[in-house]
Amino acid sequence: METIKVDVRYEACPVPLIETRKALRKASPGDVVEVIGTHPASKKEIPMAVEALKLELLGVEDEGPVWKITIRR
Amino acid sequence: MADKITIIVHSGDMDKIYSALIVANGALAMGMEASLFFTFWGLQRLKKGALERGPLSKMNLLGLGRWMVKRRMKKAKVASLEKLLKDFKELGGKVMACDMTMEIMGIKPEDLRQDLIDEYCAVGAYMQEARESAVTLFI
Repeated sequence: METIKVDVRYEACPVPLIETRKALRKASPGDVVEVIGTHPASKKEIPMAVEALKLELLGVEDEGPVWKITIRR
Repeated sequence: MADKITIIVHSGDMDKIYSALIVANGALAMGMEASLFFTFWGLQRLKKGALERGPLSKMNLLGLGRWMVKRRMKKAKVASLEKLLKDFKELGGKVMACDMTMEIMGIKPEDLRQDLIDEYCAVGAYMQEARESAVTLFI
């Protein structure tokens, strides 16, 4: 089981969503994908994508303008 | 109805190519399938070196408006069309090229970026995609 880190800080729509999806495609079942970003809308949209993809959302954390979303493939 | 989007990319305007690629990538990111059918002015953008060359649909001002918008986009860290098209392909998106446009406009396959194009086809192939798509757009 691996943790894949995706850093999309300061990237705009739709890059955070795309990079998250790319990482999830490369991940093996059980792997954890950790996305760090600042784009406000993506903080809501990535969990929506996780639900649509029927994957497990492990957490959404906030630290000022930076958020971290953790997903299990 | 399959979880799929099919977009006719008719316009070659820069802002509209952005709309098409952002929506299509969004669909792929949300787990849908996506197909882009490039026709008329849209197909021009698949010629070698032409993707980023489209004018603005409004206030192009002989390229001045386009230049200003590009500058603002760079500042806002908006991805390039090249990146969006590359991502579209990487996420499994399908690119279709209208062969009637190629004939009318005298475009040969070697004029186009053949590495990106999955199919050279006509309305029948488009309809096959569209009839099984929950979302269809004409841009």
